[in-house]
Amino acid sequence: MALDEKDLDAMLNAYPAKVKKNRKKHILVHDSSQARQEIEANTRTIPGIITNRGCAYAGCKGVVLGPLKDMVHIVHGPIGCAYYAWGTRRNKAKAEDSKQNYLNYCFSTDMQESDIVFGGEKKLAKMIDDVVATFHPNAITISATCPVGLIGDDIGAVAKAAEQRHGIQVLGFNCEGYKGVSQSAGHHIANNGLMDKVIGSGELTEAPEKFAINLLGEYNIGGDGWEIERILQEIGYHVIAVMTGDGSYAALKNAHVAELNLVQCHRSINYIAEMLETKYGTPWLKVNFIGIQGTIDSLRNMAIYFDDPALTQKTEAVIAREVARIEPIMEQYKRLCEGKTAFCFVGGSRGHHYQGLFAELGVKTVLAGYEFAHRDDYEGRDVIPEIKPDADSKNIPNLTVTPDEKLFKLKISPERAAKLKQTIPLSNYQGLMAEMTDGSIVVDDLNHFETEALIKALKPDIFASGIKDKYVVQKMGIPAKQLHSYDYSGPYAGFNGAVNFAADVSMAFTTPTWNYTTPPWKNQPLLAGTIESN
Amino acid sequence: MAKLRQIAIYGKGGIGKSTTTQNTVAALAENGKKVMVVGCDPKADSTRLLLNGVVQKTVLDTLRDEGEDVELDDILKPGFRGTRCVESGGPEPGVGCAGRGIITSINMLETLGAYTDDLNYVFYDVLGDVVCGGFAMPIREGKAQEIYIVASGEMMALYAANNIAKGIKKFADSGTVRLGGIICNSRKVDNELELLKAFASELGSQLIHFVPRDNMVQKAEINKKTVIDFNPTEPQAEEYRTLARNIDANQMFVIPKPMTQDRLEELMMAYGILD
Repeated sequence: MALDEKDLDAMLNAYPAKVKKNRKKHILVHDSSQARQEIEANTRTIPGIITNRGCAYAGCKGVVLGPLKDMVHIVHGPIGCAYYAWGTRRNKAKAEDSKQNYLNYCFSTDMQESDIVFGGEKKLAKMIDDVVATFHPNAITISATCPVGLIGDDIGAVAKAAEQRHGIQVLGFNCEGYKGVSQSAGHHIANNGLMDKVIGSGELTEAPEKFAINLLGEYNIGGDGWEIERILQEIGYHVIAVMTGDGSYAALKNAHVAELNLVQCHRSINYIAEMLETKYGTPWLKVNFIGIQGTIDSLRNMAIYFDDPALTQKTEAVIAREVARIEPIMEQYKRLCEGKTAFCFVGGSRGHHYQGLFAELGVKTVLAGYEFAHRDDYEGRDVIPEIKPDADSKNIPNLTVTPDEKLFKLKISPERAAKLKQTIPLSNYQGLMAEMTDGSIVVDDLNHFETEALIKALKPDIFASGIKDKYVVQKMGIPAKQLHSYDYSGPYAGFNGAVNFAADVSMAFTTPTWNYTTPPWKNQPLLAGTIESN
Repeated sequence: MAKLRQIAIYGKGGIGKSTTTQNTVAALAENGKKVMVVGCDPKADSTRLLLNGVVQKTVLDTLRDEGEDVELDDILKPGFRGTRCVESGGPEPGVGCAGRGIITSINMLETLGAYTDDLNYVFYDVLGDVVCGGFAMPIREGKAQEIYIVASGEMMALYAANNIAKGIKKFADSGTVRLGGIICNSRKVDNELELLKAFASELGSQLIHFVPRDNMVQKAEINKKTVIDFNPTEPQAEEYRTLARNIDANQMFVIPKPMTQDRLEELMMAYGILD
């Protein structure tokens, strides 16, 4: 069932007038006949609304820093922040050196009342000493939680003193949860720290092999990154660093020598992508390794960039072989999925990326949205000059980089870059709306009330979101697939991932479980009304 | 048995809160009242005169050193005429959270049973300004119901007193805390008595006592004593006894009506400047 602006307006009438006015700007019905459709994003969630969003600490430690396997990530704060961010994102890692993988550990200063009163700096310093003595990590990060900012512990000073004591890098991140409007603030803080202190500090001055690339914004959830690397390596690419899924501090230091940066999740990593281009002259290419066509397009765009006949030939050979291998399997699943509809509300890139994969299975995405994206992730990077910084975004320190005197090297000429930009998304992202069909709904920072209302109105066949809203929707009789953690499954990226996803989604559609649940609209009136009396 | 009266003393930093509190408490103790003084200032100098200079180990230091095994005797020291003296203490300047420290120590006192039934008074001597929630702890629900603000005729002292009144109003509107009066600790500025009376009445309160300036206070302090302890026959000792009697007999408890900055300045112009 399709909804129009009037239906949306009626749904929002449940809100007080001011809330309605606010939320109205975050929801629209996609209509490509309009020259442009503006959506409000990256603004504060209204207090009282049950949002899916996380905090700056979640974005910094949980998303960007956490997957770096050869570093110990210390969470400075009371234990809850560390405990509830422990292993929940399912970002996997294999260490080259078996002693340098700390991903399964949870490090916290476990601040107590007396640490709040007297300050936690000494305890933090002691913990760094213990970590170095016990684990000998390549480097250490410290992530600040809310109380640390409130009492003013100087984690930067503690980190600096620890670096001098131990001779390894110790990076302090002031990513207190209350900074910014969502986890997006934390991505930015983490990007700045890694760019400023780690990237470019390695010994390499040029790429060790041909077709050297970095893979940015790929967090190896359920092994996505491994499937992508399998394909890239077979074609002949040399992956220098992955940011940050299965990533390492050791590799990150040499990220500056790559010939091209691939950007998977634009939202969480575009800051580094931009700064790498300015500082080292490496352009970035927007890729999407979710879905068969997405993967094929990304591989072909990469081949166009490198413009090497052998590489192009190998690209086509791998694509042809993989497609031939998986197509019959996909065809089987497609028969089970054809004609279904999906509701796709995820993060800052997957709300877009999974639409292609759903479409390949014959599933139409009737609603898509992001938790913490900015306007450019919806409308494309062309709107960036229009986005006015507000008090919340100004609260995140901006890092300005300049071309590096020794390491800056233009990877392609400006003329060639300009020409390439006409055919491939080089240093550009068109956003989620560009690929959506007319009449589908776009929502920013979806909340509990709207989830329930929209599920009732749209009656999708599958709900793709996260752990917070999964069970509410399942109880409404609709299968839910977590696209943050992939539940217990994955990988979903690349060719093999598409098959896994098709299998999981088909299972959800065909399980008899849903026949045993009666959604409320099957046995309750949809409209409630009273008779007006004078 | 009379109901326990819990009193918080606020005022601008350096105005003489601790001196005034301890002398008043000494006068009450002399009169047979059972009083506990809780210093709520990280500097921990609110009970020095009652303890004759004995350095009191603070609640927070004890908590840090002893962990959970804190006994009431570790943190509560008997002072002049059986007054019970407690210092909350706090972190060194620029570190941690002193406000949270006050909350922790008052909770600790409650847990350890410091608020015994035989007490007539508890005095909270609170640091200069209410800078965060911790320093408002003594006037939250179930703690001090009466507040006295120490002020003088100086502009900044009245400015601070008016700001404190704003804080009290916030808590008074939602709870039971009330302003008991203004204590003038004289700085010998012109027309001080009239100015303070006008200021107090503008707030809807009263000037509960005008304590004149006397070097005897300084002399007693050097000897680590209250005036009442050092020389009970001095006229200044009588001033503190009067203040103590006025507080003991006080019936006027109000929700203050803080002034606008303009009104406060008008008041200064009207009373503060003599031609």
